[in-house]
Amino acid sequence: MKPIIYIARAPGVAWRRLEDEVIVLSGSDSSLFILNAVAGEIWEAADGKTTLSDIVVRRIIPGFEVEFEQAYEDAAEFVRALADEGILLVSSQPLDGAPEP
Amino acid sequence: MRDCRENLLGKAVRLGVPLKVHLDITWRCHLRCIHCYLPQRQGEELSNSEIASLLENLAGLGSLFLLLSGGEVLLRSDFFEILALARRLHFAVFVKTSGTMLNEAAARRLAELHVKRVDVSIYSERPEVHDRITGLEGSFARAVGAIRRLRANGVKVRINQSLMQSGAIDSTGVRQLAAELGADYCCNLTIIPRLNGDRSTVALNIPRNVKRAAMGAMEPTRLTEPSCGSEKLLPLEELACSAGHTGCYISPFGDVYPCVQFPLWLGNVRERSFEKIWRESPALQRWRKVRNADLTVCRACELQSVCSRCPGLACLEGDLLGPSRLDCEMAYARTGRRPAPLAE
Repeated sequence: MKPIIYIARAPGVAWRRLEDEVIVLSGSDSSLFILNAVAGEIWEAADGKTTLSDIVVRRIIPGFEVEFEQAYEDAAEFVRALADEGILLVSSQPLDGAPEP
Repeated sequence: MRDCRENLLGKAVRLGVPLKVHLDITWRCHLRCIHCYLPQRQGEELSNSEIASLLENLAGLGSLFLLLSGGEVLLRSDFFEILALARRLHFAVFVKTSGTMLNEAAARRLAELHVKRVDVSIYSERPEVHDRITGLEGSFARAVGAIRRLRANGVKVRINQSLMQSGAIDSTGVRQLAAELGADYCCNLTIIPRLNGDRSTVALNIPRNVKRAAMGAMEPTRLTEPSCGSEKLLPLEELACSAGHTGCYISPFGDVYPCVQFPLWLGNVRERSFEKIWRESPALQRWRKVRNADLTVCRACELQSVCSRCPGLACLEGDLLGPSRLDCEMAYARTGRRPAPLAE
């Protein structure tokens, strides 16, 4: 049983998908991040309403042929790293992130 | 995960992504700056819905950096609506304004929408000199007030100063003012011709020896050309400029150009979608084939490595592939060595 984690893109970020990568510009200091295909899937799904487990099940496992345990651990590590950078919000409750079109 | 900009830029060139877009949402302005490069043309500005479609088109093509400028952007009653849409589409938005209309509510809204930076022009630390250049009494006090409000709301601000005859020819005072206000500072040493070819503004350029002295007083990173921003968006060893490769300019009337100071008309978004113009414009395709080796004079210039040759200025001076004397002046200011065109 995995802990319930909700993730949302931080409100100040700017981002764009370019081919199989996602380019993210931090809101605080304009640091630039280039996310690979798996990380990009998690990023795009980070709406604050979907749990990390659901994201892994729905978007990572089908597309990347990986076992849940491994995929989840990798995703959790990625989420921690982006949260440390201040571009991803993490909570045990649903949360609001960047506004959507 | 974290990566350098060059990878992104290389990818943008390879994929043909207009990564950086300069959109003037109006040319209307209540200031009458003596060096303004915009012609007096008026016309039917793109409507709110036309701008919305354009932004969606740009986002779909991969544009990330968006400069909203003018004219005075705050003269458009739907400015914040446009800005909010741009942010919902995940653009990194930069705004240029005179600051003269920017009240507390506007500063707060800019902060809420997480603009990356607001650029405000200050031409002198002496109010009477600044006001003489803008043609509006009290404009200095209003601009400084706006900067204070923006900073109090946590918005990053950059003061842009153009040194010119009739204005300040020394940057020290405005640099100090920027430091006091907690703003970044950027100095422009080149006054360009008007976009309609009127060269009367060029006479406002300060003498080359004064430029050289001004150059010596500043860190290189605080110097920029007027429209290129502080970062060059391309590893340009072969390409003459990022304009038209990863960047472009769109006028308030929907006309598309490679850059704001590059008068090579590519099309109008009211007649063809931006995507079609960007991908299919014959003029743009011809320009994209130009390499540094094609430049008639500059390819052999020994100052090439320190020159920020602008093809738009060269075009405004009459020859897209020729030298721009204004940039030759800058190369001289940087090095004290005289490029061939200045020796003539």
